[in-house]
Amino acid sequence: MDFLSDNIDLLWGAFLTTLSLAVVSGLCALVLGTVLAGMRVSPVPPLRGLATFYVEVFRNTPLTVVFFFLVFGIVQIDLQFPSRFAAAVAALSLYTAAFVCEALRSGINAVPPGQAEAARALGLDFGQTLRTIVLPQAFRTVVPPLGNVWIALAKNTSIAAGFAVADLTAALQRLSNANADRLLLVFAAIVAGYLAITLPSAWAIRVIEKRVAIIR
Amino acid sequence: MSAQTVLFDLPGPRARRRQRIGTVIGVLLILGLVGLALWRLGANGQLDPNRWAILFDPAAGVPQALWEALLNTLAVAAVGMVAATVLGALLAVGRLSDHAWVRAPVTLVIEFFRAVPLLVLILFCLLFLPTVGVSMTAFRALALGLTLYNMAVLAEIFRAGILSVDRGQREAAFALGMRKSQVMTLVLLPQAVRRMLPVLVAQLVVLLKDSSLGFIVGYVELLRQARSLVEFFNFQFGNIYTFQLYTAAALIYIIVNVLLSQLARWVESRTRRDTRSAAGKGELPAEVQMDGGGGMVAEPGGR
Repeated sequence: MDFLSDNIDLLWGAFLTTLSLAVVSGLCALVLGTVLAGMRVSPVPPLRGLATFYVEVFRNTPLTVVFFFLVFGIVQIDLQFPSRFAAAVAALSLYTAAFVCEALRSGINAVPPGQAEAARALGLDFGQTLRTIVLPQAFRTVVPPLGNVWIALAKNTSIAAGFAVADLTAALQRLSNANADRLLLVFAAIVAGYLAITLPSAWAIRVIEKRVAIIR
Repeated sequence: MSAQTVLFDLPGPRARRRQRIGTVIGVLLILGLVGLALWRLGANGQLDPNRWAILFDPAAGVPQALWEALLNTLAVAAVGMVAATVLGALLAVGRLSDHAWVRAPVTLVIEFFRAVPLLVLILFCLLFLPTVGVSMTAFRALALGLTLYNMAVLAEIFRAGILSVDRGQREAAFALGMRKSQVMTLVLLPQAVRRMLPVLVAQLVVLLKDSSLGFIVGYVELLRQARSLVEFFNFQFGNIYTFQLYTAAALIYIIVNVLLSQLARWVESRTRRDTRSAAGKGELPAEVQMDGGGGMVAEPGGR
């Protein structure tokens, strides 16, 4: 077990990088995705068009390509992210926001129409209807799909390793060069790192779902 | 129910005017941003037609190289699709087996491969398998990684599809005296395939998107090819074709994926028409597909 004790600092640092990458991009994607979902159901056609365009483009672009553009592409128009970590957060957020938007939109569609009709009958405008009536109910119904998006995001952070972010997968590549004789152990440690994020998340999401689910 | 019509009233004259003003401002804002980007590109000389012409210049070898890379991408995706579908179907049947000694290990396999990031799986194939005497190339590692990951995801999709068939179908088939294998192949599968086809195609699109991970493990797919072309031209002419080549690679990806997504949508509309009379409840959960996706949260069809 001297392997683990020798590299515990490296592994712990990599784990924290992966975790913070996932959490920060998850929050950004949640905000951006909610705004996009609001745009997709809004009464203003250009906003709808813009959000639809955004979702279509990002759902059909491989995450690697998004990374690629933010890391190598925008340098060509004199833009640069302060760090590779920031670039990775931007790529993951932009990509994941499209999926958050789709999940939320399905939730909005699942809210019974009577709710929105009653809100309108009370004189609430679109923003008030969405904010106070529809979105709170939509969020409660989309806990499982949003959870899936979150877990997929946690796994997708591994792609950042290909773009010089020192996350778990990058640690895997480094350790596997140094410990060619104990590859299996290296892989087990890295996989355990990812499971340490995804398994508790899956459990937590199930608990949240049970607590907030709307029984209709 | 479409949210668009429920969430807001039909706009009156004043609201329409407000919307029109907002629209004009928004369009101006977007045009301004696009203009800014174009101006930056133009200031850097990126819009020079000569720079873009190289993408279509057979003498420079660029179209051939990109075409070859696209074929490489499609080849690895095709191998992964076929293998993952076959193995996924087998695993799904295994997971639904009556025998615990089949069910338990199959469940373990599915859950494990769904929980591991795809890139880690590919690296495992690339780095570890050669040490136990399996010869590996980037192509094989990529295809194997894609297969292992997607067979687990597809197995869950198949299982959800089979479970979503109305229970009475299965009971009626057993009551007619059919064997287990007959019930599965003659009654359950034909109905299940129809229902899960849209989700299945969507997942295959995800698989195609994932093949871009070949960039990281050194398989010459579109991105890697674009990168090596850029390096080649940079060496010869300096840094003048970079942006053009990257844009071309990204556009090819987007076009191919949009085409496949359209196919998925078309299949969905067709199957929906076909199943209008089938048991209405229990549509497959239109799970949000995301590459590296599928979680362990909502057990599909776990009722």
